[in-house]
Amino acid sequence: MSERVTVAKTYKLFIGGKFPRSESGRVYPVTDSKGNFLANAAHASRKDVRDAVVAARKAFPGWSGATAYNRGQVLYRVAEVLEGRRDQFVAEVGAAEGLSGRRAEAVVDAAIDRWVWYAGWTDKVASVLGAANPVAGPYFSFTVPEPTGVVGILAPQKSSLLGLVSVLAPALATGCTAVVVSSAERPLPAITLSEVLATSDLPGGVANILTGRAAELGPWLASHGDVNALDPTGAEDRAELAREAAGTVKRVLAVPADEPDWTQRPDIARLRRYLEAKTVWHPMGV
Amino acid sequence: MPAFEYAPAPESRDLANLKPSYRPFIDGEFVDGGGEPLKTVNPATEEVLAEVSTASAADIDTAVKAARKAFEKTWGPMPGSERAKYLFRIARLIQERSRELAVLETLDNGKPIKESRDSDLPLVAAHFFYHAGWADKLDYAGYGPDPKPLGVAGQIIPWNFPLLMLAWKIAPALATGNTVVLKPAETTPLTALVFGEICQQAGLPPGVVNILPGAGDVGARLVEHPGIDKIAFTGSTEVGKLIQRQVAGTPKRLTLELGGKAANVVFDDAPLDQAVEGIVNGIFFNQGHVCCAGSRLLAQESVAEELLDKLRHRISTLRLGDPLDKNTDVGAINSAEQLTRIRELADSGEAEGAQRWTSPCPVPDRGFFFAPTVFSGVHQSMRIAREEIFGPVLSVLTFRTPDEAVAKANNTPYGLSAGIWSEKGSRILWTANRLRAGVVWANTFNRFDPAAPFGGYQESGFGREGGRTGLEGYLSV
Repeated sequence: MSERVTVAKTYKLFIGGKFPRSESGRVYPVTDSKGNFLANAAHASRKDVRDAVVAARKAFPGWSGATAYNRGQVLYRVAEVLEGRRDQFVAEVGAAEGLSGRRAEAVVDAAIDRWVWYAGWTDKVASVLGAANPVAGPYFSFTVPEPTGVVGILAPQKSSLLGLVSVLAPALATGCTAVVVSSAERPLPAITLSEVLATSDLPGGVANILTGRAAELGPWLASHGDVNALDPTGAEDRAELAREAAGTVKRVLAVPADEPDWTQRPDIARLRRYLEAKTVWHPMGV
Repeated sequence: MPAFEYAPAPESRDLANLKPSYRPFIDGEFVDGGGEPLKTVNPATEEVLAEVSTASAADIDTAVKAARKAFEKTWGPMPGSERAKYLFRIARLIQERSRELAVLETLDNGKPIKESRDSDLPLVAAHFFYHAGWADKLDYAGYGPDPKPLGVAGQIIPWNFPLLMLAWKIAPALATGNTVVLKPAETTPLTALVFGEICQQAGLPPGVVNILPGAGDVGARLVEHPGIDKIAFTGSTEVGKLIQRQVAGTPKRLTLELGGKAANVVFDDAPLDQAVEGIVNGIFFNQGHVCCAGSRLLAQESVAEELLDKLRHRISTLRLGDPLDKNTDVGAINSAEQLTRIRELADSGEAEGAQRWTSPCPVPDRGFFFAPTVFSGVHQSMRIAREEIFGPVLSVLTFRTPDEAVAKANNTPYGLSAGIWSEKGSRILWTANRLRAGVVWANTFNRFDPAAPFGGYQESGFGREGGRTGLEGYLSV
C-alpha cells in the first residue's frame, strides 16, 4: 500500500478578511531552512497593497470605535485560537527558521503569550497614558490616547511568528488597523496566523497580511496618503522609506538596526508610537 | 449699533527698552554673528525697530559645540533638583520683566498689547514654572526609572507667538536635561534675544541655551548639523515635511507642530451668543496667525443664518489698529509677505464663488493690516476651505446632521484642533470622540495651559507639547 498523499495548502494573501490570490498572479517558491520546497507564496503587488489599505481604512472606524474591553476580548480570542493551532505553528516555524522541536515550541509559546500580554493592554493604555490636566482656569481638561489610524508594518525578516506577533499585536491593541508585509523568505507562518485571525472574532480588514518583498512593497506603503504610521522593521533601506513617509508626515517607528531579540519582554513603546494624545476642554460653571 | 468711541490708550513703547542692535546669544555671551544682518520691522508702522546680527554656519557650529559641552559637563550631570531651580528662576524673571517683554513682543510681532500682556506672557512664565517642577520628578513621568535626555536639541520656532513658542520649546528641553540651540523666526527675533539676557540674569550655565537669529537657511543648517540629537519644529506643514525628509535616516529625534484648518462646529442647540464669542476668538485671536485657529466654521443649517448675522454684527465692533493701544482687538499682520498670502487666498475665495463680507472697520494707512473677513457659501473643494490662510479670514460651511458635521470636519489632511458648540453633553462627547484632532475645545476655544498636551494628528505633525505627554519628545524612551 502506498502512503497517504497529504493535501497541500495554497497560501494566499489576507485582505479585508478574505484570502485572495495576488491580483498580479505572481507567486514565488518558499523553501525550508534546508532548501526543500514548501509552497508557492503569493507575491503581492502594489495593487494588493492599495487594496489592503482600503480594507484597513474601512475597518478603522469600527475597530477604533469598539470598546477597549471588546477589543481586549477579541484579541484574547486570537490567542485562544493560536493555542489550538500550536502544533501546526511549531511545525511551520521549525521548518521556516530551522529550529529543533523544543526551540520551535518555545518560540510559539512566547508568541502566544506575547499576544495575551498585548490583548490585556487595550483597556489600560488610556489610564496609563491619559490624564486629567490640572489647568489654571475653570475648565475640565482631559487627555486621552487614540489610535493614529492605519499602520503599515514591514514585519521582521527572521522571526516569522514571534517577531510578527510582536509588531502586529501592539498596533491592533491600540485600535489601529494594519497592513503587514510578512517576512519574504519565511512567509508561511504569517499566512497561517491570518487563518487564526480570520477564524477569531477580529473584524475583516483590521489586520491585512501580504506575502512578498518589503523592498518592493515598502515604498508604496511609505508614500500612501491613507497610511498614518510605518514600522520599517523588516526593511533594508529604511532611510529611503523614511524620506518617502515625510511626504505625508507619517509617524515612522525608530527601530534598531538589527532585528532585536524578540524573546525579551517588551515595554509599551510600541503602543505609545501608535497613539495620538487628544486633549479635550470644557468650561466649568453653573 | 455703532461701536463705542474710545480715547486712544497706548502703552508706552519706552517700556520695551528697545536697543538699536541685537546679537546672537552663544555660550552665555552675546556675540557678533557672521551672517548677513537683518532689520526687524514693526509691522504696524513699517518702521525699522532694530538691526539684528544673524548666525553664520560657523556660529551654528560654535553654538552646537557649546551646547554639547554644557550637556556633557554641566547641565547633563546636574541633579534634576538643581536644574529645577534655574527654571524657577527663569519663570520669576519673566514675570518680573513681563511688561517690558509684552511691549517688545507687540512692537516686533504686531499683536495687540492686550494679548501679549494677558495671554502670551503669563503662559510663558507658566510654562517655565510648570516644567521646572518636572526636572526632579522624571522618574514619575511614566517612562520608566531615570529616563535619559537626548542631548542637544535644535529648535526652530515661528513668528506668531515668538516668546511663547520659545517657552514651549526650551522649558521641557531643559527640564529633561537637554541643552538647546534655538532659532527664532526671521521677523520676530527680539524677545528671544532678551530671553538670552534672562538666562544670564538667572545664572544659567553657559551653553545650556543658545539663540541664533536668522532666516530659513540658519534653520536648515541647524537641522542638518551632525551635532544635534533632536529637532523640534513649529511652523508650516510644507517646511515640516522638508525637515522630516532631511532628518530621515539619521538618528535624530523629531517632533513637528505644523499647520491646521480647524473646524469649529456649531450645533443648532448651541448657546449662540457664547458661540459667537468663541468663533471670534477662534479666528481673530492674534489676527488668525494661529495654527489651531478655528478657520472653518461649520454651522448647522437651521441656525446658520442667525449665527452669521450675530457674527457679522459682533465682528463689526472689533477694533483694528495700533497694537500698542490697550483697546485694540485686532493688530497688524506680521509681515508684508504674509499679508500678500492672505490677500491672495481671500481673492481665491471670491474667484471660486464664495460670498465675501469684510468688517467695515477703519484700516490704518501705514502698516500691514487686513480687516476681519468672513466667507459664506463656502464649499469643501474651495481653497479657502482646504488651505491654511493664517490670517483673519473665516470660511463658513453648513451641515445638516451630526454625521455630516464630523465628516466635513475630518475632511482635511490636517488634524490639529477643533471646536464644538452645543448645550448637550452627550453630543459634545460623541463629537469630540470622532473628531480627528489633537485638541478639541467644547464651548470654548483657544485655551492653552502647560499642563495640557498640545499637538496634532496627521499632517499637523507629531509629538505633543505640554503635560506629561510632552516630556516624551525630549527623553530617550
